[in-house]
Order: sequence, then C-alpha cells, then structure tokens
Amino acid sequence: MIGRIALQLAVLLIFAPLPLGVINKTKALFAGRIGPPVLQPYYDLGRLWRKGFVISRTTTWVFLAGPVVGLVVPLLAALLLPFGGLPAPISFTGDLILFVYLFGLSRFFTAAAALDTGSSFEGMGAAREVTFSCLAEPTLFFALLVLARGAKSLNLGSLFGSQLAGQWQGDASASLGLILVCLFVVLLVENSRIPFDDPNTHLELTMIHEVMVLDHSGPALGMVLYGASMKLMVMGALLVRIALPIQTGSILLDLLVFLAGLLTLAVLIGVVESTMARLQLPRVPQVLVGTTLISIFALVLVLR
Amino acid sequence: MNWLLIGLLLISISGIPGLFIDRTKGGGERMACGLVVLGALFCSWSLLLSISDPLQSFSSNWSVPGGQFNLVLDSISVVFIAPLLLVVATGAIYGLSYWPQQEHPGNGRKLRLFFGLISGAMILLLTARNSILFLIAWEIMALSGYFLITIEDRKAEVRQAGYIYLIATHTGTLALLGMFALLERSAGSTAFPTVASMPLAGSSMIFLIGLFGFGMKAGLMPLHIWLPGAHAAAPSHTSALLSGIMIKTGIYGLVRLTSFFAVIPDWWGWTLLLLGAVSGIMGVALALAQHDIKRLLAYHSVENIGIITLGLGLALLGRSYDQPSLVILGLAGCLLHVVNHGLFKSLLFLSAGSMIHAVGSREIDQFGGLHKRQCWTGLFFLGGAVAICGLPPFNGFVSEWLIYLGAFQPLQQPGSVLSLSLLIAPVLALIGGLALACFVKVFGVSFLGEPRSNGAALAKEAKRTMLWPMAMLLLPCAWIGLLPWSLRALLERAAIDWTGNRTLPPLAGDLAPLSAISLAGWILLGLLLLGGWWLQRQSRQASRDIGTWGCGYQFPATSMQYTASSLADNLVRLFRFGLCSKRHGGRIEGLFPDDDEFSSHTPDLVLDLTLTPAFAGIAWLFHRFRWLFQNGVVAIYLLYVALTLIVLLTLLTR
Repeated sequence: MIGRIALQLAVLLIFAPLPLGVINKTKALFAGRIGPPVLQPYYDLGRLWRKGFVISRTTTWVFLAGPVVGLVVPLLAALLLPFGGLPAPISFTGDLILFVYLFGLSRFFTAAAALDTGSSFEGMGAAREVTFSCLAEPTLFFALLVLARGAKSLNLGSLFGSQLAGQWQGDASASLGLILVCLFVVLLVENSRIPFDDPNTHLELTMIHEVMVLDHSGPALGMVLYGASMKLMVMGALLVRIALPIQTGSILLDLLVFLAGLLTLAVLIGVVESTMARLQLPRVPQVLVGTTLISIFALVLVLR
Repeated sequence: MNWLLIGLLLISISGIPGLFIDRTKGGGERMACGLVVLGALFCSWSLLLSISDPLQSFSSNWSVPGGQFNLVLDSISVVFIAPLLLVVATGAIYGLSYWPQQEHPGNGRKLRLFFGLISGAMILLLTARNSILFLIAWEIMALSGYFLITIEDRKAEVRQAGYIYLIATHTGTLALLGMFALLERSAGSTAFPTVASMPLAGSSMIFLIGLFGFGMKAGLMPLHIWLPGAHAAAPSHTSALLSGIMIKTGIYGLVRLTSFFAVIPDWWGWTLLLLGAVSGIMGVALALAQHDIKRLLAYHSVENIGIITLGLGLALLGRSYDQPSLVILGLAGCLLHVVNHGLFKSLLFLSAGSMIHAVGSREIDQFGGLHKRQCWTGLFFLGGAVAICGLPPFNGFVSEWLIYLGAFQPLQQPGSVLSLSLLIAPVLALIGGLALACFVKVFGVSFLGEPRSNGAALAKEAKRTMLWPMAMLLLPCAWIGLLPWSLRALLERAAIDWTGNRTLPPLAGDLAPLSAISLAGWILLGLLLLGGWWLQRQSRQASRDIGTWGCGYQFPATSMQYTASSLADNLVRLFRFGLCSKRHGGRIEGLFPDDDEFSSHTPDLVLDLTLTPAFAGIAWLFHRFRWLFQNGVVAIYLLYVALTLIVLLTLLTR
C-alpha cells in the first residue's frame, strides 16, 4: 500500500510537467518554429523555485493559500485514480465524488486568492473560472455515471479498472466514445487550454486561469504551475485510461503504456491548440451545455 | 425527559425576568442569556441520556379532548433538537454584544422574550406526539417568528416582510389544520399514529396538504416567498435561528408525516425530488444575483432545503421500490444535512452580522478588505463558506456525499424507472458549482481586496462575546467533516425510527465508508497545513510594500475592483430565463462618454413577478366590481333587494 502510494506520487511528481513541454513543442512545430526544449517546464519550475517573492500589500494569507491548495489537491486526487494499468492506491465507495469535490476546493481557493489582490483583472479571471467550471461539472458527473453503470461500482479504482476493455467490445462502446469526447472538452476547459482559454496570450483582459495567478511570484508561482501541470496529468489519466484500457500485468510495461498515452494526449492537445482559434467568451457556455447534452445522451444509451 | 422539560421551561421564560427591569439597564439581557444557556445545558443532558435510553417519553392527561399530552424524544427528534440547542445558546450569547439593551432600549426586551419563546416552542414541537399539542407549539413558533422579524418595526420594509411572513405562515397553518383533521379521521385519535401503521387509502390527500403546509415553512421553491425578506429583516442572530433551525421544522413535519404510512406511493418521492431540484438550482441562482448579504444567505437556505428534500425524496423512493440501501443513504443524507445546514448557516449569519455591525451596511459592495480588519470573523466566515459549498474537509461534504451515494444506488438495478433518480447527481453537481461561485463572490468581495467604503475601512473586529459563538459553531462543522462516523449510530437509529424496519443495512463498509472520508479529510488537512506552513516560512522575508500589478496603470483606486455584481454577471446572464434581472444604465456611447450609472436588480420570481401582480390584478377586479355594483345609487340598491327577494321566493317556495 505504502509502496503503491509512493510509486503513484513519484510518477505524478516526476512526469507532470512533461506533457506541457510536449504541447509547446507540438505547437512550435505546427508554427514552423523549433520551439523551447521539451524539458523547458522543468527548467521554469527550477528557476521559479530559486527566486524570491513579491507580494502585494493588499493581500492576506488567503493569497498564499491558493497555490498550496492548488498543489495539494491534485496530489490527493491522483491517489484515487489508476494510472493506466497501475491500480489506484486508495479506493473506496464514493471516492469519485471526493475526486470532483477536491477540485472544487482548489477552485475555491484559487479564485479567492485572485480576488485577494483587489485587481479587477484577476476578479475577471475568477468570475470566468467559476462560471465555466460549474457548467463543466455536470458533464463530468454524467461521464462518471456512464462508467459507474458499466463497472457496477462506485469507486474510481474499478470505474477505470480492467473491466473497461470488456466494455469497449460490448454495447457500451458508443457511450464510451461519446464520453471520451466530453471528457476531452472538460479537460480543455479545466486546464485552460485553447479553444477555451489561451495560456500564452499577452492580453490580461482575455485570460482566464493565467490572469488569476498574475500576482504570484517565485516559489508560489512555481507551485501554481506545478499544481496546474499535475491537474492536467490527473485529468489526462482519466482519458488515457478510457482510451487505452490495456492491462499487461507488468508494472513497468503498464507505466510505459500510460506515459505513451499521456504524451499522445499532449500531442493531441497541441494539435487542437494549433489548429483552432479561441472561442468568443460568450460561446464557451454554449459549447459546455452542448457537451452536457452529449454526455446525457451517452448515459441514456447505457441505461436503455 | 424531565431534564428536557426543565430546560424547555427555562428557555421559554428566559425573556420574562427582563421585562421587569429598567429598559435602559443591561441586567435583563445577562439574565436571559444565562437562562437560555442553562436551559440548553439541561436539554443537552437529556439528549446525552437518550444514547443509553433511546425512547424517552413523557405523558400526562390534559383537559383538551382527544388524546394525551405526550412527548417522545426519539432519534429523529434528537437530530433536529441538537443543532437547535447549540444555535439557541450561541445566539443568546452573541446577542449580548450584537443587540445590547442599552443600544436598543425600545426593542431589546421584545427580542429576548420572543427569542426564548420560539426556541421553547420549537423543542416542544419537535417532541410533541399529539396533533393538537403540535399545532399549539407550531402556532407559538409562527407568531414568535413574526415578532422577531418585525423587531425593527419602524422600518417600512421590515413591516412588509413581516406581513408577507404572517400571511404565508398562516396559509401553511391552515393547511396543517386540514391535514391533521384528515389524519385524525383516518387514525381515530389526535395522538400521532405509530410508525408505518397508516393504510394507503386517503394518504395521498394527507401528503399533498402536508407538503403544502410544511413546504411553506421549509421554504421549498414556489412556496419560499416569505423567506428572503424575513431573514433579511431580522437581527442577525435571530436570522440564524430562523434560517438555520426554524425552517427545518417544515422538514421535520415531512419526515414525521411520511413515517406514519405503511405504503409509500412512488410519486411522493418523485414529487419531492422535483421540488428539491427546483429549489436547489433556482435558490442558488437567485442567491447569486443578490447584493444584500442577508438576502443572499436566505436564498441559500432555499437551496439547502432543496438538497435536504432531494435526500428525503430518495429515501421515500427507496421505500416505494423496497430498496433498504437507498432508504438509509437518502434519509441519513437528509438528516445530516439538516444538522449541517443548521450549523453552517447560523455560523454564516453570525459572521455576516459581525460584518454588518462593523460596516453599518448589508450591501456586499460596501464591504471589502475586511479580513485585515476582522481577522477572526473572516476565518469563521471562510469556514462556513467552505462548509456550505459542500467542500471537503467540512461537514457539508459528508451529507452531500451520502445523498450522491443514494442517487447512484439505482445503477445496481438496470432498467428500472428508478434510474431517473440518477439525474440527481448532476443536479447536485450544478448546485455545488453555483454555490461555490456564490461564496467565492461573497468571501472575495467582502473580506479580500481593498475596502470599498469608508465604513469598511474603519471596521473593527467584533467583541469576544460575538466571536466565541462563531467558534462554537465552526467546531462541530469541522468535527462532523473530520469524524463523520461518530454520528453513524444516531443516523442509523433515526432511519429505524423512520421506517420501523430494523433490518436496514449499516452505514459502513461498502455502502458508505465514512471512515475513509474521515481519513481523506485528515490527510487533506494535514497536507494543507504543512504546505501552508512551508510557504509561509519561505515568504517571510518577502517585500510587502508594493501594490497589486495594475497592468501598467499607476493610479489604481479601490472603486476599480471587481464588484459582486460583475463577478456573478456571467452566471446571472446564463440564468436570465428564470431570474428576470433588471439592468438600468451602463450604456456607453461615443468616444468621450458622459458619466453614467449602472444598477441591476433581481426580483423574486414567485413573489415579485407572479403573486404580487396576480393579487394586484384581483384587487383591481374587485375594485371594478364594487364600482359597478356598489355605486351609491339608492334605486339600484332597491333593485338588488327586489331581485334577491324574487330569487329567494322562486327557490324556496317549491
């Protein structure tokens, strides 16, 4: 048990920034640039780690609580999930609800930290974040319901367990395909990627997540970035597991499959980011409601 | 049981000694507070005794026909009374500084008299086992509630809120009178029937009338009309009692009423689920659109009543479809949320009162930066906010988690109609997301950033007698969140008391691993404290004398901060089909626009947009009638007399 937890955390902590590097490399290749090295996110984190803080005089302790919660939550959430063929270290009935609500906690404190600076830009970011996330949450639940229906169980460990492979061959394959699309959209929203948010934009007015952390600096900013990359990996693990329900039995092979899946996902995100423009902000809720409808359709398909 | 009666008596009469003391002196309020706390201690002792002796009862003959004066303290009553005692005691202590007699010589005594009376009446109501006794206690509670709401009756808005409350509560009481009359006809006595004893015949009418009467008190969505105004008008610690405890008597009524019947038709559960979902979503959407912090919290009560109703609806469905696991999860979620909402809503109202006391306004946009000035109040409010959003590691999460688990149960039975109840999960998720948005808005705008008004800039921390009650309410919130299994036995016994079925599955193991939730809560808390401590240590030497990055702008002003309305605007626009918000001004035209003002206002969907216009229309109609028929012409009146005579003669002389 302890060993499993340590392995899971190690995989998470070591590989989390890698997909970000791959996404940026893919985007650079699409744009005909060489782009930063794939390991650039690691260098960035190391650089931020050594830097000092600059903290606005307006802020209180809540400002520093944002990054802490943002880092701790993906760590805990990762323990509830199987990473590819590696089974979930901790699993109990109803942990899927804990999983979703943990991210709610991190959203609460990130948004509160943004408001703590008293800047209207960060307020704008906080408003958008809470709006879009509360529309994404029902979709996530519908997707989990579809999986729970197939697994006949309520813990993430068996929801994303070995039975997924059998489901792809059964009646549920259409639903699984639909929720794969829905979860991909949720992943893009929750991790502020194009077409919902542009992590590289230079205009504060148009950002969502980036603008919320505008005032963070040094190790606190490092924690935010690290937390965000871990969140991408945890949400990505959901998708990878559904798409590649392969169970080889050997830990090393399972791990390799998982990482390969994750990097493929990163390339996919990179392709989406390179080929799509950002959506207008008022369009985002419409897309999210549309995704919810697709996920309801998926649920109806498995319940009939 | 005798301890409970003594406590009940002490709490009820707590305000009376103060009536004989000079209105400018403070002796009466301390005496009242002491009596309330003492009474609450006596009652708590009785609740503790109920662990070993689960069915304490008291009965004596009385001169009212039809049954005895009968009180029983079973586990359902304990679940409702326990938070009541805590909220009443903390409210009484809080009132010492919030509403001191010397500052309010005109109404301080009235407030304490009815505060004690309503608390006593509620304890009586929650233990009564006789319809007439129940109705008497119900009416004392309803009327005391009216006097508490209209404490500041010099203000027109307060009087209006009071009238609406009075009309609503009496409409509810009328329904309850009818319901108990039907119940008596079916059961043959005014004593409450025993659990699961009533036949199906005639039960639906009783349920519908009861749902109307109790739903009116609980504030279920179309019947919530009295709630926002009343909770905004009352003093904060009274609002805490009304919102945290009094509206739960409606839920208690529904729980008790549904326990009488042996067979539950399935549409009861579906009706409750529908009402719960509507209350939950529309309650929180209306809350988002509010600017007045107490109105906002009041709408959150509607939301939470919705969540509680969802739990009860699931439990009823479990009984209709004979699914014991659904019964226990739904009912445990419902009852635990009753306790939780009582705790965190009171906490939020008390800390809101502390802000209102310090700033002198109820408008959220007048606060700002209060956390620096009111460190403890901010901390307590944050605790309450995290709890009400249902986030771990606080108590709101545990009860919502139980309801989620209940909603997921039908997955085990493919193909049944029950699968529809799966939709509860996304509904709860949406409610949770919206509540989170709302409390980010309230906490962020009131406590963080820079002060938005002079009052907020000069705010001072509340007195200790106001802070300790909040701490005493936050503590059980954390306790239930971190040690939920400690309430397991109580919830299981309550479920047995509700169904009369002793073979319900336990709330443990694979059904609802409460200990795992508890462990996760502790790990989360530990990691957060560790991370926070580390970052705090790292940032100790950081320079803190620079302003926030204004994107290059050098002269930021506090009025440039994001306001509460702007924060909620995205979501309010999404819900515009149900909210009908009105927006005035704010249009900017031309290259060099003139000064402009912007304001937005969200009327209540049922009261302001439906009932008021409807009643105004009816009043207009009757006015026209009177103008037509009672027009002051004597000849016409004589014609009426003649016509009446002719009609009577033709009818009666056959």
